[in-house]
Amino acid sequence: MSATSTAMEVNAEARRILAVSISKLYASRTQRGGLRLHRSLLVSLVMRSARDIYHASRESEAPGAPTPQEPMDSSPSSEEQKQLPPQEAEPAQTEPQCALSPAPQTAVEAEECACDSEITEDKENMSPAARQSRKRRSKASAAPDFLPSKRARLEPGEERYAAPLGSCRVGAAETHGDLHQRVPGHSDDSGWVKTTEIDPLTGTRTETERPWKFEGETGSVS
Amino acid sequence: MAGVAGGNDFQWCFSQVKGAIDEDVAEADIISTVEFNYSGELLATGDKGGRVVIFQHEQESKSRPHLRGEYNVYSTFQSHEPEFDYLKSLEIEEKINKIRWLPQQNAAHFLLSTNDKTIKLWKISERDKRAEGYNLKDEDGRLRDPFRITSLRVPVLMPMDLMVEASPRRIFANAHTYHINSISVNSDHETYLSADDLRINLWHLEITDRSFNIVDIKPANMEELTEVITAAECHPHQCNVFVYSSSKGTIRLCDMRAAALCDRHSKFFEEPEDPSSRSFFSEIISSISDVKFSHSGRYMMTRDYLSVKVWDLNMENRPVETYQVHEYLRSKLCSLYENDCIFDKFECCWNGSDSAIMTGSYNNFFRMFDRNTRRDITLEASRESSKPRATLKPRKVSTGGKRKKDEISVDSLDFNKKILHTAWHPKDNVIAVAATNNLYIFQDKIN
Repeated sequence: MSATSTAMEVNAEARRILAVSISKLYASRTQRGGLRLHRSLLVSLVMRSARDIYHASRESEAPGAPTPQEPMDSSPSSEEQKQLPPQEAEPAQTEPQCALSPAPQTAVEAEECACDSEITEDKENMSPAARQSRKRRSKASAAPDFLPSKRARLEPGEERYAAPLGSCRVGAAETHGDLHQRVPGHSDDSGWVKTTEIDPLTGTRTETERPWKFEGETGSVS
Repeated sequence: MAGVAGGNDFQWCFSQVKGAIDEDVAEADIISTVEFNYSGELLATGDKGGRVVIFQHEQESKSRPHLRGEYNVYSTFQSHEPEFDYLKSLEIEEKINKIRWLPQQNAAHFLLSTNDKTIKLWKISERDKRAEGYNLKDEDGRLRDPFRITSLRVPVLMPMDLMVEASPRRIFANAHTYHINSISVNSDHETYLSADDLRINLWHLEITDRSFNIVDIKPANMEELTEVITAAECHPHQCNVFVYSSSKGTIRLCDMRAAALCDRHSKFFEEPEDPSSRSFFSEIISSISDVKFSHSGRYMMTRDYLSVKVWDLNMENRPVETYQVHEYLRSKLCSLYENDCIFDKFECCWNGSDSAIMTGSYNNFFRMFDRNTRRDITLEASRESSKPRATLKPRKVSTGGKRKKDEISVDSLDFNKKILHTAWHPKDNVIAVAATNNLYIFQDKIN
């Protein structure tokens, strides 16, 4: 009996810490001076610990339950759904705007690496209706499609439009097709860029080609 | 009760406090770094507003030779301005993260100051003479009518009121993608290193358009990132050796002679974690916030959230000394996580003889540890105990149930009053303690 109540306390504590951590990550996006990589990393580590302990305590509470991860469907998942989508929407928003500069990118990826496994579990257990709510929220504010990635400087050894480095969302895109995403295209020297869009519901991929251009340049290929 | 430092019984007394008394603290006035120069004559502070204020030690007055002189403002200048990186849509804070003095080589003083992205070399020089009697110009600078000039004269140098000028001599920019956390001048006096979250660069003081990258811990896939660099320092005597600390509580010592890229360490310092003290926040509190070599170069000191550790460079598997700064906070980690205090980066410092160490805490408390006697003391930087030459009373935080008189309970500590930056004079027992927007200077009573 006392073991169960302790497990429940640990459970509640873990959930609270998860919620606090998510709100911290979300708030850090608007911090002056840009994303702090160290702090984002520490918060994501705490989130991971809390999530592991949460799952461990749920398992010890209900051993032999058919889907140990099912609890994510109930209240924690709803509060995480509320909080994760804004977080997901935010990287999606900032991706075209402040784009793929290394500092926000890396911190987002630090967040992503903590959230990824959560998203995986959520994806498995969420109902289709819930899944739909993870769509990008404010599409209107996203930058127009024809703008390429705005990263100013290539890291040594990198190529422009190399998929893994080109977008902080690519890793997520590869593993979680349920999120509506742009996969940055690959370009050759012709100046045309292929982009691939993945429909969240059906999973179909559509490829389009568009001329690659900066603001102010014409679309013609020279 | 006697104070603690250097093996003798010292008594720490209030000397001065700099800064506004106003309760309303402007964010720009918050002191973000404190550093004595090599002689201790100058004391520099940097603040969140990007300004640097340098204090100079006045000579003792002849009438009261038993008192040490005071530190008075010598120079104030705007080192860094807020910037906006338009390409990345990032604002770059003007907050001065670190100041490091260069050893003095001529009449001028040089220091390095850095914000998140740019390091600047400043020259601080005095001007107390002015040339007068130019042939082509009037005293107010206007050009003289050539026809009026009937004779030639040699300009003479006349004394003038002392003017201290600060001018930026070098700007080291565009070398760091992530936020700079440390700079350290090398013992060769020609090079220095700068460290951000993932990389360390080696610069030559004369060359601003390129630097050598000597450490790069950025993983190929950023999703695999597990640790970042938190601090770095050059060895005080061996110009080929430096250390850097990580967010995982480890320290790596690297030898620049071994390879151009020092990704592989020469020594790896890590204390095994105590499994019984594991919690949600174990990783955060093990993150090292500061690393400092002793003046001798034999030891180094690291500061994590709850403790200070002294390491012998010859022993990698555990520190030789561990001092608990505020162990009573271990049970409060969850609240400290929620109010963000757990992310505070405390610094630490050695005294001139390496016999004592000092670090800050909350409630404007700071702690000193005597390495020889193993005694420790908690003191407070407050306006209440700011009478001239008043001896500081030791403070105590009550940890048990019963709170004695004059003790403070953990719950009544003010976590907004944190002492993150402290500095110890390189030779004398004079300390500078930054408490938010105020700088306290304390001296020992015995001369």
